[in-house]
Amino acid sequence: MSFILKMAWRDSRASRRRLVLFSFSVVLGIAALVAIGSLGANLERAIDDQAKGLLGADLVLSGRAPLSDAAQRQVAAVGGERAAEISFSSMMSFPAAKDLTRLVNVRAVEGRFPFYGDFVTVPADAPARLRAGGNVVIVEETLLRQFDTPVGGTVRLGATTFTVVGALQKYPGESSALSATIAPRALIPQAALAATGLAERNVLIRHRTMLRLPAGTEPWLVERELRAALRGEGVGFETVAERRRNLGRALENVENFLGLVGFIALFLGAIGVASAIHVYVRQKIATVAVLRCLGASARQSFAVYLVQGLAIGLIGAALGALLGLGVAFAMPRLLADVLPFQVDFFVSWPAVARGMGAGLVISLLFTLLPLLAVRRVSPLVALRSAAADEGSGRDPWRIAIGVFIAVAVAGFAIWQTGKVRDGLGFAAVLAAGFGILALVAKFTAWAARRWLPRGWPYVVRQGIANLHRPNNRTVLLLLSLGLGTFLILTLLLTRSTLLKEIEFSGGGGRPNLLLFDIQDDQVEGLVQTLTAAGAPLLVQAPIVTMKIATVKGRPVEELIRRTRAAGEGRDAEKGRRGDTVKETDAKKGPAGDRLPGWTLRREYRSTYRAALTNTERLVSGKFTGEVAPGEAVIPISIEEGLFKEMGLALGDEMEWDVQGVLLRTRIGSVRAVEWRRLEPNFFVVFPLGVLEPAPKFHVAAVRADDSAHSARVQRAVVAAYPNVTAIDLALVLETVDGIFSKVALVIGLMSAFTVVTGLIVLAGAVLTGRFQRLRETVLLRTLGATRRQLLQIQVVEYAILGALAAVVGGGLALAGNALLAHFVFRITPAVPGLLLAASIVAVSLVTVLTGLLTSRGVTNHPPLEVLRQET
Amino acid sequence: MNVPSMLKVQRLTKTYPTAAGPLTVLHEVAFDLAAGATLAIVGPSGSGKTTLLGLCAGLDRPSTGEVILAGESIGALSEDARALVRNRHVGFVFQNFQLIPTLTALENVLVPVELRGEGGAAAEAEARGLLARVGLGERCDHYPVQLSGGEQQRVALARAFMNRPKILFCDEPTGNLDGDTAHAMVELIFGLNREKQTTLVLVTHDLELAARCQRVIRLRSGAVVSDEKTVVTEGTER
Repeated sequence: MSFILKMAWRDSRASRRRLVLFSFSVVLGIAALVAIGSLGANLERAIDDQAKGLLGADLVLSGRAPLSDAAQRQVAAVGGERAAEISFSSMMSFPAAKDLTRLVNVRAVEGRFPFYGDFVTVPADAPARLRAGGNVVIVEETLLRQFDTPVGGTVRLGATTFTVVGALQKYPGESSALSATIAPRALIPQAALAATGLAERNVLIRHRTMLRLPAGTEPWLVERELRAALRGEGVGFETVAERRRNLGRALENVENFLGLVGFIALFLGAIGVASAIHVYVRQKIATVAVLRCLGASARQSFAVYLVQGLAIGLIGAALGALLGLGVAFAMPRLLADVLPFQVDFFVSWPAVARGMGAGLVISLLFTLLPLLAVRRVSPLVALRSAAADEGSGRDPWRIAIGVFIAVAVAGFAIWQTGKVRDGLGFAAVLAAGFGILALVAKFTAWAARRWLPRGWPYVVRQGIANLHRPNNRTVLLLLSLGLGTFLILTLLLTRSTLLKEIEFSGGGGRPNLLLFDIQDDQVEGLVQTLTAAGAPLLVQAPIVTMKIATVKGRPVEELIRRTRAAGEGRDAEKGRRGDTVKETDAKKGPAGDRLPGWTLRREYRSTYRAALTNTERLVSGKFTGEVAPGEAVIPISIEEGLFKEMGLALGDEMEWDVQGVLLRTRIGSVRAVEWRRLEPNFFVVFPLGVLEPAPKFHVAAVRADDSAHSARVQRAVVAAYPNVTAIDLALVLETVDGIFSKVALVIGLMSAFTVVTGLIVLAGAVLTGRFQRLRETVLLRTLGATRRQLLQIQVVEYAILGALAAVVGGGLALAGNALLAHFVFRITPAVPGLLLAASIVAVSLVTVLTGLLTSRGVTNHPPLEVLRQET
Repeated sequence: MNVPSMLKVQRLTKTYPTAAGPLTVLHEVAFDLAAGATLAIVGPSGSGKTTLLGLCAGLDRPSTGEVILAGESIGALSEDARALVRNRHVGFVFQNFQLIPTLTALENVLVPVELRGEGGAAAEAEARGLLARVGLGERCDHYPVQLSGGEQQRVALARAFMNRPKILFCDEPTGNLDGDTAHAMVELIFGLNREKQTTLVLVTHDLELAARCQRVIRLRSGAVVSDEKTVVTEGTER
């Protein structure tokens, strides 16, 4: 053992800097894993520490309708303290900003909520002034800033002008940044709501009752009792435990996703280490042969280099852990706005151990592959170097380690995603990318040997010949560069696909401003207002809210109970196995007895019309546009996705509860709907002649020429019809972009880890190549080659490798983006030609530049010095 | 007195598969070398000298035939078992020195004993002594790249004797050295060989050098064409 350690140390003398450079390849991957793991642990602890503040109450009841008197009595009987909130979306106009309007989330509150957690405003006494009542409002701080409205200024909601008494900075359990981006909040006293005239005409109102239970009362017990007592009232319940679980689950998903991105960086780095070790081992063959001559066993020689490989992994893991902890330390500060609670940094040793462990295992496995060659070095090489190439036959250990790597990668991916299918899918995509690149590389080397035209200039021939000559790095460089290009480009392409999709949805004369909450008696007037504002109505649809009562004769309550029972059964089983409970909703066999909960519980907003619209396509059945009055079973049209989720068939019967009236229907047709357009689309479409008398509201869509026009239209509409709410495409884009910019920091950081890893791998590969090529470059110089010729040879080689890697990586990224777009986002993939071309040029240039930079000095090395060297 | 055999080679054949069919580079070679004897293997390039040396030293396996080294048949041994035999009984001097570039002269000499786990102060003193014996007592901490060719070959010679081998294999030991350096090297090889009472097998082109061995085997096209005892010139073996 002491010989092995001693020899490993002594042998590394001339190459320690190089070995440390090899270890840099895995540093960023390990750092990413440690950072993400630590952040996850920090978040988990923060959630635990601030659990009550996440909900602001012990128990929250919510529903679309106010609690009935009976329900009120039941809740009052629980005791403790109560607060209530009515929330809905509405347009707020800002007199300080020329009456510009903005969609806000109005919260009409009553009582001392929140009972727990921080409610931070400027000035701090704003909550007390809100509770004191009157026409006062606390508005999201960013919104006030955006519309130049100071505290003390006024805003208008519906028919009422409110005085701003505070700027909202923090509300328990909600992320300031995301709330401000998606739906900025405006808190008013509940007593002031009626005068606005907004509540009675708004069908998307949400009522919440917040409870602070008497000391010693178990929230889940109260929840169970109230659930039983309020069955059929359409009331949802949330406890602190539940909020914590949901939040934990959401964060876990994010953590898992980022973990995969981090793993890609590690994987790429490991390939880098493997390729560097491959070259390193080749340079050590003579030393190994001498050791073998002097009596070292295969195991001893192998162990000497394994120790060095382990050291590389350990150095990488230690540096990675340090860097990862640094990033984890900074992250809570960077994400302070996005997270709904405060996160304090602490070192999570299990996360550090997991990140380092994964890094060490992966880098060691990848190191083993090239190291295996050491075992097969013949001592005869000491006598005759040609014997180095005589080792033949398949090495079963190589195959075993290859299999082990595949299992480790798939295992890690499954562990990260928590789903076998997703994990295997991720591993399969990586393997496919790997395989294709390896094939292209082999083909390139073969083609370079076979089809090299003799008439081409010497430097070009020499550069191309470098692709196939012994000790070429074609396969290794194409793998590391190509895979890096593939991963980075996939991230970029996915982003542009998502953004392009949103832009497209409003392009080409399509509607880009959606108006809803329009009442029956407002339709005519609104059409005139819109026409006068230069934005004639393009689409208009009536909406009737309804719920499912029965499916194929089975009451919805029974189906929900079955679903919940199935979910709980699985949860209990998962709990016994110690797994994390990830999904409680049943997955969704077409058997019909375990339907997805959301399909049963949701409030459907359905429409009626005579024909399909241009965003719909008939998939099966016959669309019925109108029925005669008194038809017993109404033929309806259902959206394809919902149809599949619920495992329905044409002709199946469903009964709908249309605001108290039961309506028997059967599925007459199935439609494919293009959801991505900013137009009113529906799960369920009824024929004319049925829903007309039902209480309803309308949605309308128009097209504004630009953002100024859109603001003018909205101002005109809100002035005439304060209850009408508008969403314009610019707002959607702004929202998505806002979310992107908030999370871009984290995703960008992870992508940067991958990009920089790719560059380190490239530099490492070129540097190892430098040692390999030094001797032959010197020989060429000795034979009279000029520096210029030597440079040209290198440029040709690196340019071909860079361009090939970029083209193949780009092709793979296009395929990956198309697959993601099709299967995950269900949209059309974007093919940004400019981005692709720029990436290909950039990768080629970076390859040539890195190649030339890292091989600088090779061409002006004194030939004698190199010719005298042993290595 | 009957001197025991140190190296016995029986009907040794080595064939390599090639694209054009099997290529026999050594054919039915046989000889027996007594302990303490000196043998030179000579012949033109491609005659199979180095292949024969490799097979005798257990660096490769014969296609047919047998090599008995220090009483042990090494043909059937695994590569690791042969490595053990080499470590116990064999010393090497190569044409291109084959020092490990990352080790100092002293560390290079120590490798054979450290491999056995027998390092330590005594081994180091012995290694220093050997280096002093080859005239490099002041160069112990120098790396191969800091030494001339002749000096590197002397370090290799010291290393070859470090494990007190029973037999020393030299492959063109003066092939890369100039005349004076080569002469000094030859004196050292034969001097140490006599001191340590080692059996010597030497592959060379140099007939003058070969003539200093007690026996000369000539190879041509892989076969032994002559096996002669020589009269060692007076005064050349001091």
